[in-house]
Amino acid sequence: MRVAAPVLASVLTLVVGSIFFASLGHDPLPTLYAFFVEPLNSLNGLSEWLLKASPLILIACGLAIGFRANVWNIGAEGQFTMGAIAASGVGLFWPNPDSVLLLPLMFVAGMGAGMAWAAIPAFLRARMNTNEILVTLMMTYIATLFLSYLVHGPWRDPAGFNYPQTALLPTAALFESFDPAYRLNPSIFITVVAVFVMWLFTDRSFLGYKMSVSGAAPLAARYAGFRESAAVWIGLMAGGAAAGIAGMAEAAGPLGQLSPQISPGYGFAAIIVAFIGRLNAFGIVLGGLLMSLLFLGGEGVQMTLGLPSALTRIFQGILLFFLLAADFFIFYRIRLIRPARDTHALETA
Amino acid sequence: MHPRLELRNICKRYPGVVANDDVSLSIQPGEIHAVLGENGAGKSTLMKIIYGAAQADSGEIFCDGNPIAAHNPATSRALGIEMVYQHFALFESVSVVENIALSASSAFDLPSLAAKIRELSLRYGMPIDPHRQVHDLSVGERQRVEIVRCLLQAPKLLILDEPTSVLTPQAVVKLFETLRQLAAEGCSIVYISHKLDEVQELCDTATVLRNGKVTGTARPKETTSLELARMMVGSKLPEMHVSPPTPSEKPVLEVNNLSVKARDHFGVDLKDVSFNVHGGEIVGLAGVSGNGQAELIALLSGERTHHNNDAIRICGTAAARLRADERRKLGLAFVPEERLGRGAVPSHTLWENAVLTAHRFGTVRNGLVDRRKASAFAAGIIDRFKVKANGPASTAQSLSGGNLQKFIVGREIALEPKLLLVSQPTWGVDVGASAFIRQTIVDLSRAGAAVLVVSEELDELFEICDRLLVICQGRVSPPLIRKTTDREEVGLLMTGRTMSTDQMAIGSGDVALQD
Repeated sequence: MRVAAPVLASVLTLVVGSIFFASLGHDPLPTLYAFFVEPLNSLNGLSEWLLKASPLILIACGLAIGFRANVWNIGAEGQFTMGAIAASGVGLFWPNPDSVLLLPLMFVAGMGAGMAWAAIPAFLRARMNTNEILVTLMMTYIATLFLSYLVHGPWRDPAGFNYPQTALLPTAALFESFDPAYRLNPSIFITVVAVFVMWLFTDRSFLGYKMSVSGAAPLAARYAGFRESAAVWIGLMAGGAAAGIAGMAEAAGPLGQLSPQISPGYGFAAIIVAFIGRLNAFGIVLGGLLMSLLFLGGEGVQMTLGLPSALTRIFQGILLFFLLAADFFIFYRIRLIRPARDTHALETA
Repeated sequence: MHPRLELRNICKRYPGVVANDDVSLSIQPGEIHAVLGENGAGKSTLMKIIYGAAQADSGEIFCDGNPIAAHNPATSRALGIEMVYQHFALFESVSVVENIALSASSAFDLPSLAAKIRELSLRYGMPIDPHRQVHDLSVGERQRVEIVRCLLQAPKLLILDEPTSVLTPQAVVKLFETLRQLAAEGCSIVYISHKLDEVQELCDTATVLRNGKVTGTARPKETTSLELARMMVGSKLPEMHVSPPTPSEKPVLEVNNLSVKARDHFGVDLKDVSFNVHGGEIVGLAGVSGNGQAELIALLSGERTHHNNDAIRICGTAAARLRADERRKLGLAFVPEERLGRGAVPSHTLWENAVLTAHRFGTVRNGLVDRRKASAFAAGIIDRFKVKANGPASTAQSLSGGNLQKFIVGREIALEPKLLLVSQPTWGVDVGASAFIRQTIVDLSRAGAAVLVVSEELDELFEICDRLLVICQGRVSPPLIRKTTDREEVGLLMTGRTMSTDQMAIGSGDVALQD
């Protein structure tokens, strides 16, 4: 049943999507083809598919570690942004722009910034029992506005015709594509490693075991003496680190500079990916590939059929909606009861 | 006259087990009928079949002389058959009347339903305020809600599944009064239990099950408990061997002037609690539930810490500020009263649940869980404690309460503790397994471990304990020597009535450590 729900949700999303296309005056089948198949018809399409799946999977892996312990970090978007800012800052201002250390330093800076951004809600939750859902979400807006401030103000490229963006990162600060014709770059290996680490952590490690106990039965965790604050810290740090690295890889990869639109919503979409993947490393890979396809397909039909760009978000929403609904109906059954007009039923009781 | 309910040759098989094998019984109107049996004897399956929650493979059911073909809980309720489950199904965040309205099969109207609840609950001597929130209710009151929910349907047959396993002795007395009144009004009652004394006190007739078969019927009031127990567990009734204690010189657990405020207004303040437990002896903590046991045990286990590190010493080390796992390093093991969700993670497998506290016993290496070792560890417990489970890979929630208890007790004892805390060791555990668990605890203590048993069952405490403490309203009495005290004295202390001073001197005083 746990596996059936995402499949069922995906199928229902397609069905509703078809109705949706039809209502917009497009023949559903060709439109679905244009949305879900055409983007993968070319090498470039495949490259873009993996390129976009990579940050989604990476972030989802980090988030899922927390989600398994009921630590709800929904501010990966902010941690992603801070990772991108810190990494770009190192790339732009490191004294020696040709250093081979530049990329590793940016990696560390991105990861560190993501973790630091997640450390604030972790501290507040562990020490003051604030709600991490609210805090992580609000921190996201701070991060986005901070980025906006930087690219409009101090970090704006003087030679950039007043566009809100930084100068391009030096070559040594960039992941070099596998092939100049396509954008896919070696940062995808970071994601591959992250998937393996996530699997090892959740499925094999004692720390991951403790986290799952904290999530499944908090009283049992206390009974065994597992620190609740440890679960909070590890959960938020894992998400922060993964999102920060993803932000770094995005800045040092396809973007090559900072602008206000560095993320098409990876941080939020990754939450859905984590749930579609059932918080499982390999499930997340599949979920990330699906979500990436939604991004690509949305862009594709926008260009070829002139459908609105909001379509991607709508599909994400429908998918999450059906997934949660499917999960709900696996565990609950709805029964209709009409309110009484008289107490006749009780009198006969 | 037709019997209210008649079962003829009921058979029910599950993969690998015959849960009910040719079971027949009949219950007259107004009769209180016990279904006695150990865990896994097939009682619950039989009740599910009567209630329609499960279907028999073969056999017939008659209600008032009419055969019931395929039925389900809804049709049962239409026939006037109601069931109170052992585990309540109440929504904590809403009021009593809303809970009852939610389960109503027909339309409802809250104000009149509330009035009805008030009237019914008063009539049967178990008053409840229909507008109270369920999370504010004690376990006994929650059970009343469940019973009133059934009574609203004016049942002809009421099934109660081990209703007293969660009740205080006083609440049991109240419940029995209600049940007798119901029976006097013509309602038949099926009372599932493995507690012989209760069955003898309450029930007119009894059907005894063993391994899914009826091994006898009896009139409990005219039958000795020995005979009933024989029918339940077979010819071989386990015997307890309790040798005299050999207390160690130094105490293993020392509690010094432990005082603590309750966390919320449902809790009980502990006031100046002091006692010692020595290696080689079993100390019992008696008391009516809700008098501070939960607070004390959480402080002793390390689930809750205390700022005064010296208030609790384990093996001579100040431990009140240590977390549970740090205390376990000092030699503590602990069996909590809640098995699911505290002593074990419900959705985890048994081998995973073995790792919960046995992670220092080779099941974790280099930060990785060694599945093979953990499985072997769990298999060892299953084997040694005769846990009925489909191997180490079955989940904790798939086990019956008694079997999970055996597993948890087994796990904690396998840790070879110097100090074992046990809370309600045999709640919901059948006669055979209870005796086994008690014997294991005794053996552990005679091998040198210090044991503190918290229990509401005085019989149990008197059977295995060397010394007894009584907790009442957060105060712990001076220790009583089991051989020189009696139920009356303990009972008085449990209800908080202080004895005259000279009696106190005889009861405890300077004899505390000699035996």
